[in-house]
Amino acid sequence: MAKIIVNGETQEVLLPLNLTELIKQNDVSQPDMVSVQVNDDFVDRAEWDGLQIKEGDIVDFLYFMGGGM
Amino acid sequence: MIDFTEEQIKRYSRHILLQDVGVEGQEKIMNARVLVVGAGGLGAPVSLYLAAAGIGTIGIVDADVVDLSNLQRQVIHFTKDVGVPKVKSAKEKIEAINPDVKVDTYFEFLDSSNALDIIRQYDFIVDGTDNFPVKFLINDACVMAEKPFSHGGILRFNGQTFTHLPGTACYRCMFKEPPPAGAVPTCSQAGVLGAIAGMLGTIQAAETLKYFTGVGELLTNRLLTFDAKTMLFRTVTVKHRDSCPICGSSPTIDHLIDYEQAACDLKSH
Ligand SMILES: [Zn+2]
Repeated sequence: MAKIIVNGETQEVLLPLNLTELIKQNDVSQPDMVSVQVNDDFVDRAEWDGLQIKEGDIVDFLYFMGGGM
Repeated sequence: MIDFTEEQIKRYSRHILLQDVGVEGQEKIMNARVLVVGAGGLGAPVSLYLAAAGIGTIGIVDADVVDLSNLQRQVIHFTKDVGVPKVKSAKEKIEAINPDVKVDTYFEFLDSSNALDIIRQYDFIVDGTDNFPVKFLINDACVMAEKPFSHGGILRFNGQTFTHLPGTACYRCMFKEPPPAGAVPTCSQAGVLGAIAGMLGTIQAAETLKYFTGVGELLTNRLLTFDAKTMLFRTVTVKHRDSCPICGSSPTIDHLIDYEQAACDLKSH
């Protein structure tokens, strides 16, 4: 088990785990609508599969929010 | 230096009383020129508070007319305004609140042909639009014209905002490009709790006033999000991205882009 922080909350996850799998585990229903930052750096969509989560990672999901009218 | 009339001193006394604002701060507010893009859910509270605060000139861009379904959240428009251009309805309310304010109206869509010309005339831009193509357009035009702006987005029970100053993280630093059109839920499809627009819009108005008065720390390099269901607010630190396609060290975008309108087009709500 590894401890990581997702959106400000501690989560325990089983490694190995890549970013795409973490997104799935967090029930992000529309991955198209999310931008992901790991340890303060944005990760391009194309790199999600290749990015392995490690102990202590800080992950933030930023959701597209388009409303306003 | 503006010579305040007695009426103005009284009208703005609660600002003037604030040590951080004072007469000098109020004068800056009264010399300010702000562009509000969208006279809808966010644009309504933004415009009302900026008008009350005495912003010198408020420009409003909106190509829509008031619809009955707008009134649940767009508090600058009244029942009698249904069918009236939103810019006209908004101008009327602003002038009624504060005759000191000059209002410029643009009864048109903001697009690549007019965005820079309009934006360049203002000191600060507020994004109150409801679709990604225009949100990206505002971002790109403001980065190109080196204008500060406040970004705002709402959805269902959630809101999101940040403030951009030249050199700080922009919308594309966080979201590289618009999401695929089919994936986009916006107000008309997804719904939004009316008061959420007020919560987010007043944050944008406060950021605008902070910008002109220089008070405190702006929401730069930070994305504020809240969930009204839990009333949890969260600020995520975001960095200016060197590989950003518009504000990075070797930008790949050198002109404004009219993205295809997402599923919720401006006329459909
Ligand atoms: Zn950027």
